[in-house]
Amino acid sequence: MKKISTEQKSKTLTKRSKNREFVIITYLFVGVFIMMMGYFAYFQIFRSEDFINSPYNTRQNMFAEHVVRGEIRSSDGKTLAQTIVGEDGTETRYYPYGSMFAHAVGYDSNGKSGIESFGNFSLLRSHAFFLEQVLNGIQDKKNQGDNIVTTLDYRLQEAAYQALGGNRGAVVALEPSSGKLLAMVSRPDFDPNTIEAEWDSIISNTDSENSILVNRVTQGLYPPGSTFKILTTLEYLREHPDYEDYSYECTGTIAMENTEIHCYANAVHGTEDLQTSFAKSCNTSYANIGLGLDKKKFANLCNDLLFQTNLPISYPSNQSSFKLEQTSNTDEVTQMAIGQGETLVTPLHMALITSAIANNGILMRPYIIDHTENYKGVAVKNYKSSAYGALITTEEAQKLQGFMSKVVSEGTGSKLSGQSYQAAGKTGSAEFSNNKEESHAWFTGYASMEDKGSIVVTVIVENGGAGSTTAVPIAKQVFDTYFSR
Amino acid sequence: MLHLITELSKYTMIILFALYTYQCFSALKRSVDKEEQAEKYKSQVLYMYLFHLNAYAVLYLSMDKNVEILKFYLMQAAFFAVVQICYSLFYRRVSRLVVNNMCMLMCIGFVILTRLSYDHAVKQFQIAVASMAVTMLIPYFISRFKYLKSLTWLYALAGITMLGVVAVLGAVSHGAKLSFSVAGIAVQPSEFIKIIFVFFVASMFYESTEFIQVARATVIAGLHVIILVLSKDLGAGLIFFIAYMVMLYVATRKLYYFAGGLFCGAVASVIAYHLFNHVRVRVVAWQDPLAVFEREGNQVANSLFAIGTGGWFGMGLNQGMPNKIPEVKQDFIFSAVAEELGGIFAICLILVCVSCFLMFLNIAMQMKDSFYKLVALGLGTIYGFQILLSVGGDIKFIPSTGVTLPLVSYGGSSLLSTLIIFAIIQGLYLLRERTEAERLAEQKQKGKTAGTKNSGKKKPPKRKGGITSHEKNIHGTKVEDFD
Repeated sequence: MKKISTEQKSKTLTKRSKNREFVIITYLFVGVFIMMMGYFAYFQIFRSEDFINSPYNTRQNMFAEHVVRGEIRSSDGKTLAQTIVGEDGTETRYYPYGSMFAHAVGYDSNGKSGIESFGNFSLLRSHAFFLEQVLNGIQDKKNQGDNIVTTLDYRLQEAAYQALGGNRGAVVALEPSSGKLLAMVSRPDFDPNTIEAEWDSIISNTDSENSILVNRVTQGLYPPGSTFKILTTLEYLREHPDYEDYSYECTGTIAMENTEIHCYANAVHGTEDLQTSFAKSCNTSYANIGLGLDKKKFANLCNDLLFQTNLPISYPSNQSSFKLEQTSNTDEVTQMAIGQGETLVTPLHMALITSAIANNGILMRPYIIDHTENYKGVAVKNYKSSAYGALITTEEAQKLQGFMSKVVSEGTGSKLSGQSYQAAGKTGSAEFSNNKEESHAWFTGYASMEDKGSIVVTVIVENGGAGSTTAVPIAKQVFDTYFSR
Repeated sequence: MLHLITELSKYTMIILFALYTYQCFSALKRSVDKEEQAEKYKSQVLYMYLFHLNAYAVLYLSMDKNVEILKFYLMQAAFFAVVQICYSLFYRRVSRLVVNNMCMLMCIGFVILTRLSYDHAVKQFQIAVASMAVTMLIPYFISRFKYLKSLTWLYALAGITMLGVVAVLGAVSHGAKLSFSVAGIAVQPSEFIKIIFVFFVASMFYESTEFIQVARATVIAGLHVIILVLSKDLGAGLIFFIAYMVMLYVATRKLYYFAGGLFCGAVASVIAYHLFNHVRVRVVAWQDPLAVFEREGNQVANSLFAIGTGGWFGMGLNQGMPNKIPEVKQDFIFSAVAEELGGIFAICLILVCVSCFLMFLNIAMQMKDSFYKLVALGLGTIYGFQILLSVGGDIKFIPSTGVTLPLVSYGGSSLLSTLIIFAIIQGLYLLRERTEAERLAEQKQKGKTAGTKNSGKKKPPKRKGGITSHEKNIHGTKVEDFD
């Protein structure tokens, strides 16, 4: 007995060692197969959303055959878009607030935009109770699609919309600690209820500046004017640790090689330090600062602060741009320092920079879909806030917070002082044509109040004149509404 | 109502195929004895027929209740029945698992092709019937003809001549030409040459694994690969290369050959990337298909739209848009399966292919004769690597190389050559059984002369035994003890 078993054992042993290479190859292949299946699962779980929601993906619309498109709601429970099914089964997309949410929510005929576009997949999936779905299936009835609950606050949107009034321009409000978009207004706008009938006349207007379909918050490119001094200041802080010793005598103008730079409305600011220059938005002082800056470092700072970068947002957006090279002459450099020249930014971009400053350097990724739920209100998917990264250091953020507070307490933003909340920000009046009398009015800033959190608001009013007189009051209305809760 | 049936069928088809897949692997467990194994394989056949019925019921209902679909279904069912019966009648000792997997994969292919294009599915079915009739004889020949291992230089000559002719024809006409037409049927020679190539390498290393022999083999193998790369058939070139490296490593047992070869391959890939535009295009598309959607990325992006939108449970047969993917019937069939039958189904499909691969490698380890060992290894490598290239390319795991998914994709050459490979493997299972039977018969003779008591006592430890190698159990036809 023993003899036989040892004999057999040695036989299997030699067999095993003879097949050693075969076993290695088998394991190698099986290992790669497992990795491939793992990748497949990884793709389905983590990456598929990017592809499902891609505007190139035309598959989504097939779901509409079996699902009634879900609703889009504000965070405070208002219905912003819903599908009404007639007795004969015809479906009509209805937007109760007309043009108020036009660009944020978007439209759903002749293509799609806004949440209707990037939330399309969720709206056309149904997570209704499965027995109900079975019952619907038997009766050949459509299932009710899931609802999207947005981060948009109806009261803030209304306040921003009313405050901007008939002006062309944009208002965006977001929560710096989370990235939640609270309001998004762009005018001129359209009524998504009637867009289908008006489509031909809308697209016959090929002038992109006048197009009512452009979402100015993410796509509008404007000269930043004095709001850009935030970046100029930051670069100066970095290059000059002794910035507190800065002093400049403003006479209202400064002569460059070919041009002269004037302070807004030809003001003369007298002797001023850096903080006062910022608060009073003194152009001549900033032209002077700009001349001394390291061009390469300044360009790097702009790129770090999301210039020439796709903004992290689901809406179609444009990249902000600037032109600063080693060979740039003093005219170009000084124009850049005061936010004129070839520099162009989107309002959302300014809001994100402000958000990072208000949040001690960390930019939270902006988002607008809070969660999806089935039509009975059972949550399907929650979207969490996430950090995009640190744009600047905490120390730098706190210094800039101090500068921006001064703007409100003793500078161009004084209309915001003396409120129940503490506001900070920067105004701007950006020239956009050869006519020096005309300018876009800017304000970008934030406000906070104990126990009520903080909010960033960025406003631009096209051809609105001075930021301090036109844009600041609009921001104030949004702040007032936010803190009156 | 139709929608409900399609929706429910999504789940029933996934369950049926998952059960089928489970049996592929559960039958390989050590504790499973021969009868249990046979039961499991029978249940697999049942699951396959149920899946087939379910799928065609959905197709019939969703494709305008065309009676042609029903006829087509019945013909397929009859075809699978005939294949199963033929194998049980003539080749009782082959691996039932390989037979089942072969039928199951073809079955999935017919279903998804019917959905994609009825006419192509019919054509594929005709080719399948003809190919099956021809390849049914191969196991017999493989198990009888012993001189296969001595045709070494004939294999090399045939392979290189055929590849060369195609390359020259391709150069004369326009750019990438991978096939020529014989009597109206497009033939892709590289699909068949890869089999001949495996026989060539196996017979070379069967003769000797001395350095000079290795050098000779490498020159011939390199010639194959170079011709393929020059005629822009990169996928095939890669398959030949990997098959050769694996066979070289196993035959010589020298790891540095393998490592060195793979290193050279990596260097060659980098050179190819810089040299050939058609290689760069694939890599660009792989890196970020959405960024180059309008051009290079279109195919891969569409494939990922299909897979992503399908999700784990799929859109349901005939509910998706797989025809939006360019080349979906050939290279991107896996994406169509994932879109309409679901991600779970697609994972099971990979697992069934893995099960085939394991059965190929299993017989390679079981064979005694090193020639047949290498043949099984080479064919297994080709099959396994083709799965990796095809599925991996479709899901953006690796850059797409334009390789078909064996037995599922549309294409006569691919189908016939894969059926030949499966038939050769079955032939090896037969051969193994025959030599095993002979060996046991000899042993029995010896045992009888040594004394009858021994053989009686041998039984109990063997039943419980850890000694019985589980490899013996893997194939469905464990040889009976003769006592």
